[in-house]
Amino acid sequence: MNFYAVRAIYKFEMARTWRTLMQSIASPVLSTSLYFIVFGSAIGSRMVAIDGVEYGAFIIPGLVMFTLLTQSISNASFGIYFPRFSGTIYELLSAPVSFVEILMGYVGAAATKSIIVGILILITARFFVDYHIEHPLWMVSFLILTSITFSLFGFIIGVWADGFEKLQLIPLMVITPLAFLGGSFYSINMLPPIWHTITLFNPVVYLISGFRWSFYGVADVNVAVSLAMTALFLLLCLAAVWWIFKTGYRLKT
Amino acid sequence: MQPVISVRHLSKVYEGGFQALKDVNLDIHRGEIFALLGPNGAGKTTLISIICGIVNPGSGQVLADGHDVVKEYRAARSIIGLVPQELSTDAFESVWSAVSFSRGLYGKPRNDAHIEKVLKALSLWDKRNNRIMELSGGMKRRVLIAKALSHEPRILFLDEPTAGVDVELRRDMWDMVRDLRSQGVTIILTTHYIEEAEEMADRIGVINKGEIVVVDEKKSLMQKLGKKQLTLYLQQPLEAIPEALSRHPLALSDDGQALTFTFDVQSEATGIAQVLRELNQHGIDFRDLHSSESSLEEIFVNLVKGARGDRV
Ligand SMILES: Nc1ncnc2c1ncn2[C@@H]1O[C@H](COP(=O)(O)OP(=O)(O)OP(=O)(O)O)[C@@H](O)[C@H]1O
Ligand SMILES: [Mg+2]
Repeated sequence: MNFYAVRAIYKFEMARTWRTLMQSIASPVLSTSLYFIVFGSAIGSRMVAIDGVEYGAFIIPGLVMFTLLTQSISNASFGIYFPRFSGTIYELLSAPVSFVEILMGYVGAAATKSIIVGILILITARFFVDYHIEHPLWMVSFLILTSITFSLFGFIIGVWADGFEKLQLIPLMVITPLAFLGGSFYSINMLPPIWHTITLFNPVVYLISGFRWSFYGVADVNVAVSLAMTALFLLLCLAAVWWIFKTGYRLKT
Repeated sequence: MQPVISVRHLSKVYEGGFQALKDVNLDIHRGEIFALLGPNGAGKTTLISIICGIVNPGSGQVLADGHDVVKEYRAARSIIGLVPQELSTDAFESVWSAVSFSRGLYGKPRNDAHIEKVLKALSLWDKRNNRIMELSGGMKRRVLIAKALSHEPRILFLDEPTAGVDVELRRDMWDMVRDLRSQGVTIILTTHYIEEAEEMADRIGVINKGEIVVVDEKKSLMQKLGKKQLTLYLQQPLEAIPEALSRHPLALSDDGQALTFTFDVQSEATGIAQVLRELNQHGIDFRDLHSSESSLEEIFVNLVKGARGDRV
């Protein structure tokens, strides 16, 4: 195991985060907090509670999850896309590092950033909304697992993208709608049966539901199913990355 | 002695069907400076990129210090340093952190003293805290060299290291390369400056259209393929070369003032004496003479032309 390489990549990526603190940390925290101000403090009090949870508190897990997804993807995809774009990838390809080590560095750093953002959002939310966490250990586990899984997914997008707009494409065109329709703002049990069934094909439903369960003990789908779906997606991403490194897809000619 | 780099039957076809390397066989000796010459698009960078792991090999095998560069990439790559042709740098990083990063990436523990030594040797020490985008092109190239040296490689690839580097620094760089060789580092460089190869290399390989045309010691290459020329400056200008002398490889200058006699260096009988005698018989006197040996550049141009001619 080339531990020094993992540390070098991780440090390099984290240095980029601190350098771009406003964009990488402050801006996602701020934009998510706007939701708490609007839906938590302002409108939330006039909405009915869902599953016995105040509306302002109900939306917190979904919004945190949404931010985790988009942040993980954009952090990790940019992290690997930029060296490809600037040409510095040559060094990574010619270094004595395995794909596992490259992943640990890039995905580890991207996930770390997301976790920091997630925790900051939770702290900020506390100022506007009164919420509690019933299963803190599970909450942290979901937080970490999701960050890692979607950083991996972001890594794949960063390898696949051949332009800056493609980097934006997936978070904006896929993740945002899936998160909004996946129960960030409502329980999917409130939907008519047909839409409820369709929604079950949305993978983000399982993430949000599991995460919300760790807060309030209520879930749209069984927690075990949530966990299994997340793990499944993680495995799919790992398989894709393994294939990328094996074939050199978009990395080597 | 086992070659430090051994390339066997290496071919490479890029996606799109372009064949960049054709059955390349090449051995690099331990501790030598090897210059790889060839015109634009000959396949130099492709060859280096395959050895270093940046480009997938087609068929064939490459060993670095006995390690297969694909199957035992870790062992192979950890002893190799690469300075790429393209100036790709992390614009926002400082010189120091970029060079330290490379060392870590190659699996070496932190060693500030070594990084300091490398930066000083490359006259980058004053710039260590500058961001790379604040450097000039020649400095950026030196940052790439520093990155390649950060992990103390045993084999160093320099893909056109002196492109865009000023004359004085080029001299410094040559000294540095010689210094590395004296420490036992094997150096493979490509260049378009023939005088660079002539000055530095122990051995030279010429590649053209993906094929190795020749590999030889610099000295014997120049001897074998080099031509000598004897130029005679005449007392009286000539209209034309006399019929009787036409069987000799003689050429008359446009103004008729000089006769040039070309002969191969390695041939036993050069025929100089005979030519001079015959000139004398025809009453052609000369006031001065000058002899020259062909430079590597001419040899190189001839080789590449020859290879091109074969195909036409
Ligand atoms: N990624 C690629 N895809 C397709 N063709 C390529 C690729 N890279 C290089 N080639 C082609 O392979 C040939 C050899 O290129 P290479 O870069 O190895 O040449 P070179 O000898 O280094 O030339 P130069 O002196 O200009 O640096 C060229 O014809 C080039 O167009
Ligand atoms: Mg080249």
